[in-house]
Amino acid sequence: MLLTPVATIGRSTLAMLSGIGRIGLFFLATLAAMLRPPFYLREFGHALLTIGYNSLPVVGLTALFTGGALALQIFAGGSRFNAEEVVPSIVAIGMARELGPVLGGLMVAARVASSIAAEIGTMKVTEQIDALVTLSTDPMKYLTVPRVLAATLSVPLLVAVGDSIGIFGGYIVGTGRLGFNPAAYLKNTTDFLEVWDVTSGLIKGAVFGFLVALVGCYFGMNSGRGAQGVGRATKSAVVTASVLILAANYLLTELFFTA
Amino acid sequence: MIELRDVHKAFGANKVLRGVNLTIPKGESMVIIGGSGTGKSVLLKSILGLVHPDQGKILIDGHDAAKAEREAFLARFGMLFQGAALFDSLPVWHNVAFRLLRGKSRLARDEARDIAIEKLRRVGLKPQVADLFPAELSGGMQKRVGLARAIAADPEIIFFDEPTTGLDPIMSGVINDLIREIVVEMGATAMTITHDMSSVRAIADDVAMLHDGVIQWVGRVQDMDNSGDPYLNQFIHGRADGPIEAVR
Ligand SMILES: Nc1ncnc2c1ncn2[C@@H]1O[C@H](COP(=O)(O)OP(=O)(O)O)[C@@H](O)[C@H]1O
Ligand SMILES: [Mg+2]
Repeated sequence: MLLTPVATIGRSTLAMLSGIGRIGLFFLATLAAMLRPPFYLREFGHALLTIGYNSLPVVGLTALFTGGALALQIFAGGSRFNAEEVVPSIVAIGMARELGPVLGGLMVAARVASSIAAEIGTMKVTEQIDALVTLSTDPMKYLTVPRVLAATLSVPLLVAVGDSIGIFGGYIVGTGRLGFNPAAYLKNTTDFLEVWDVTSGLIKGAVFGFLVALVGCYFGMNSGRGAQGVGRATKSAVVTASVLILAANYLLTELFFTA
Repeated sequence: MIELRDVHKAFGANKVLRGVNLTIPKGESMVIIGGSGTGKSVLLKSILGLVHPDQGKILIDGHDAAKAEREAFLARFGMLFQGAALFDSLPVWHNVAFRLLRGKSRLARDEARDIAIEKLRRVGLKPQVADLFPAELSGGMQKRVGLARAIAADPEIIFFDEPTTGLDPIMSGVINDLIREIVVEMGATAMTITHDMSSVRAIADDVAMLHDGVIQWVGRVQDMDNSGDPYLNQFIHGRADGPIEAVR
């Protein structure tokens, strides 16, 4: 009896590990499918549009508000050390290295992992995946590869746009609310921001985009039967993608930190 | 020729196929009947390799289907799924022409589209339907688009999973004639699942009844009425009482 909670934790840990193992196998299958023709350009273009372009508003708004809030917080913290002038550079560094990719990735996870899982899951339960196979089309190549590639390429671009908008959000608050001189704010931003700050964030974005699409496709392809199965697949895709993004973010940050 | 030897398939505790033995001669039309949920769709999917049997062998022209080179193997088949299984992101004509647009002998888009429109006409659909999306069609129309897709590449072996379910009697007649025509004219081997006894009589050379995971009865369609098999009799006359339980 006393051990019941322990057993529950053990069971869910095992379930999680085997889940990660299965996603790992799916990852290998995706890579294998990527390397062999045919390549479906039309599907890829469509995925670029739905995953990348259509996520711009959400990612942009998220970055705008985050940049603004960040400026206020850093001002509040900085003023304790009479260091208010760090606001522009810390906003820029914070957005580029951490908040741009992480928040952008999470928004894409909410928007894209769910829609991929729901779409592919519905295809699975309505036998469309079976139909693809009978029409000599590999679902991994036709559905998974275009989405994974499109997300890997487009999320870094989204992050770059998000970074700029976030820095702009900080600029608006800094100059409008905190009394910074516009020219000084911009100079302070550019003087201290290094190329690696930005590229490390873009690398994170690529990894997060890859994870989001991979997880969305995985849960869609393995959806249970019926509407309930698709609902569950969608939920699992968003939760798993979000957790994986945060875990990967820590690992990447650790890696970049020592590098 | 398609041969199933002692095919078993279970989903968890649900033993669906329990030793199916069946032979479909080349160029013949075999109709599978049986109560809903008895595993008729699973049987077709096993032959195509969409479902992997737990036990048993499936031979196509004497070759083990499980060991066949997938692409070449599947190119010989056409399949109409029970729920039509149209791709909702593609217009109707692209659904029908899907196979024609890929693979080694792929056609140009215009050419594939023309063939698609011709196949749509054969299942009683107007050319205007070609540019609609599946979600804009009624269930019966979707079924016929699925049928057009199954026959688009003139396959040697065609599976029809409940081709006339959801169609009005006239359209059912059109589809029955079409299936018969495909077998007679193109010499295709057909396996059709249906609950509609008038379809059975119109389409079948041979009839097999699946019950309790095995083939309960198999024979020529003309022998169906005086088989003396109580299961078959109950089914073809649609009686509520008999050896087949109504609650399954
Ligand atoms: N992918 C699957 N997973 C679990 N159970 C399945 C699956 N496919 C079919 N079944 C079960 O197998 C049985 C037979 O299904 P099916 O072949 O679709 O019946 P029918 O004879 O009406 O076509 C049903 O009980 C169904 O629930
Ligand atoms: Mg069925």
